[in-house]
Amino acid sequence: MSAERIWQRFTPAERMARFVVFLVAGILLAWSFRTVEIIPEFLMDAPEQVADLFKRMWPVDYAYYERGVHAVLIETLHIATVGTIMTLGIAIPVGIMAASNVCRVPALNWLATFILVSSRSVNTLVWALLFVAVFGPGTLAGTVTIAVRSIGFVGKLFGEALEESAPGPIEALRAAGAPWISVFLKGYWPQVSPAFWGIALFRWDINVRESSVIGLVGAGGIGMALDEALNLFHWDRVALILVCIFAVVVIAEVFVTHIRKRII
Amino acid sequence: MHKATESASNSRRPACSAGDKSLVVENLRKEYTRGKPVLKNINLTVAGQCTTAIIGPSGTGKSTLLRCINRLIEPTSGRILVSGQDICTLRGADLRAARRRIGMVFQEYNLVERLSVMENVLCGRLGYISPWRAWLRKFPQQDIERAYDLLDMVGLTEFARARADELSGGQRQRVGIARAVMQQPHILLADEPTSSLDPKTSVEIMELLREVASVNDIPVLVNIHDVTLGRRFADRVVGMSKGDVVFDGVPGDLTDEHLKLIYGGEDWLA
Amino acid sequence: MSTATVARPAPFAVNWWARFGYLLAVLYCLYALSILDISWDRLLAGLDNGARFLGAMFPPEFKRWKLLIDNLLESLQIALISSLFGVLISLPVGLCASRNLMPDWLTWPARAFIAVCRSFHPVIFAILFVKAVGFGPLAGILTLIFASIGFVAKLFAEAIEEISLKPVEAARAAGAPFLSVLSFAVLPQVLNRFIGFSTYQVDSNLRNSTMIGIVGAGGIGGTLAAAFQRFDYSFVCAILLAIIALIMVSEYVAVRVKGVFQ
Repeated sequence: MSAERIWQRFTPAERMARFVVFLVAGILLAWSFRTVEIIPEFLMDAPEQVADLFKRMWPVDYAYYERGVHAVLIETLHIATVGTIMTLGIAIPVGIMAASNVCRVPALNWLATFILVSSRSVNTLVWALLFVAVFGPGTLAGTVTIAVRSIGFVGKLFGEALEESAPGPIEALRAAGAPWISVFLKGYWPQVSPAFWGIALFRWDINVRESSVIGLVGAGGIGMALDEALNLFHWDRVALILVCIFAVVVIAEVFVTHIRKRII
Repeated sequence: MHKATESASNSRRPACSAGDKSLVVENLRKEYTRGKPVLKNINLTVAGQCTTAIIGPSGTGKSTLLRCINRLIEPTSGRILVSGQDICTLRGADLRAARRRIGMVFQEYNLVERLSVMENVLCGRLGYISPWRAWLRKFPQQDIERAYDLLDMVGLTEFARARADELSGGQRQRVGIARAVMQQPHILLADEPTSSLDPKTSVEIMELLREVASVNDIPVLVNIHDVTLGRRFADRVVGMSKGDVVFDGVPGDLTDEHLKLIYGGEDWLA
Repeated sequence: MSTATVARPAPFAVNWWARFGYLLAVLYCLYALSILDISWDRLLAGLDNGARFLGAMFPPEFKRWKLLIDNLLESLQIALISSLFGVLISLPVGLCASRNLMPDWLTWPARAFIAVCRSFHPVIFAILFVKAVGFGPLAGILTLIFASIGFVAKLFAEAIEEISLKPVEAARAAGAPFLSVLSFAVLPQVLNRFIGFSTYQVDSNLRNSTMIGIVGAGGIGGTLAAAFQRFDYSFVCAILLAIIALIMVSEYVAVRVKGVFQ
């Protein structure tokens, strides 16, 4: 055997690739730190300011709940739920179009992918700005925002579930001469329906979070109450609204995890 | 019961002469729940190059015994001396230093599947080097040399760069043994090292363990449920039943009567 | 001839629960739509409005490209810096939150912290930080650091809870100190997933960094909100196209980086 046997964890090529990634990341970060406009005094001041914020939030104005929060909280849940249901109606056909094993027309695949990508690429708040401009402020804009923004998520995951479904039963149905719609209902749907409902619930959970903030740009729900309280510097009411959002989000998550366990 | 204790105190002991590398277990007791001891009162001394097989039914505390010896499980009472040092009182860095002297081979190999074979073998040196050097994989050159020597011994040199999950069961157990020997232990514990392997590979692993004992001049303590395999390869057999040692002697003295006492029933002997 | 009248069980059991559920869903929708004051007329009026809106958006106007690029780069900076700190903080927080390696007194506060980070939408953090440290990218960076912790630390903790403890046992039996156990027996099992979460989070931070400006936390979002307020829809279109382009580039880069780390 050779005199000295050396051992290293990575091959030279692997080390090189990692080095390049780290180098580029380092350069980008260095550039960011050098050019980003941060005023150090503000950073130093931050803990004091945060403490002051909490002081003004306390005590929480629970009395305001009946008068100013309850109705918009319910409205928020309605926006999330109706928005999710509307999404399902659109996402099912788009998801089918995106699944290349179900829909064998490349042009439709591309169209579906385009719809899915554009729905996901634009942030919820940006969609909300757009729809407030289109429909005017209010719950309609919010519901459409939630619906449009969710298409990408639900459609993408639904399409992927379709593509992963077993081809055996489909072949059997085709061999029996079943029409396209029967193949879908009796071949694909039973295979993907648990996944589909799981995705829908998961998205509903996300939508509860999102619908609680779109009001900040005027799209209805509890966010509008939050915006108002912020503009009037009613910090005790802000605290109340935050507590309500937190509670609803946690309850929604527990609810969804519970149901998902029973579905899957 | 009578006969067994008799043979346990019998003077016919295997050639396990006391060396400087030894293990003494005195009055070891372990209770997971109060009043229900898993190990009742274990006394055991192993030394020299002797391979000792511990046999006994499942759930009788064989695994617990081995894990008490390196304190992966805390014993309830008793003393454990490794090369004369009581390890039951040790804490923190002292305990880790003591564990370095106790090599352990596991039933399911316990390799890090995503790391290379070499890294798994070098795992045995982790007790010797700082976390910082472990993180950077900067092992001393003599460790790497030694690791290659051990891979030569277990016949896996060409797999040094392969990932552990590419190996077969027998190969993985060889890596497990190399890792344990890498610690330069004073004693080697093997917990059911052959239970997940086929008969031929099991024999090879047992041969390897004996070889390790003689080459490194250390005692080996093997938990084994396969009585035939234990008898064939051990210099000494310790039979355990319900948390007690009920037989301790050379394999030749192990009779069907003893086996009945250890495992209960007799139909399986036929 | 009585056999003909023997009632056979229906070949397909009618799932009354499912039908009841669908009926309930329809009724709920009708009720909710009336509560939310959403009607066909308003929707149609909106679509009409939307057509005019789209007309105003095209062609996109890139005359102020310098402002656009500056703000886009600020978004990128916010995303990069917050990802760095977010991921660095997530490592120890996620580790502390993993119940199989850590004692209860440590996992409990760590999990509570993660839950708070996760439950609030980034915009809410952004508002609070804008109040605390003023308008500008600093508020955005702090916001996205917390958002990152909520996501990466949670998934990291879950990944650690799913590892095999056998190698951990082996490393401990070899006398390895805790940090060596982590780097040899724990990290190799979760590193790939951690890198996956982190690159995903960089991507997600980039998306969010284009939005938090709407509430004044720096980046392109502020420009976007301003353009909306001035009804400058052709500039809005330009900004949206730029955002989408940036995100597509970042998705491509993320895929390549994951390739390097396998």
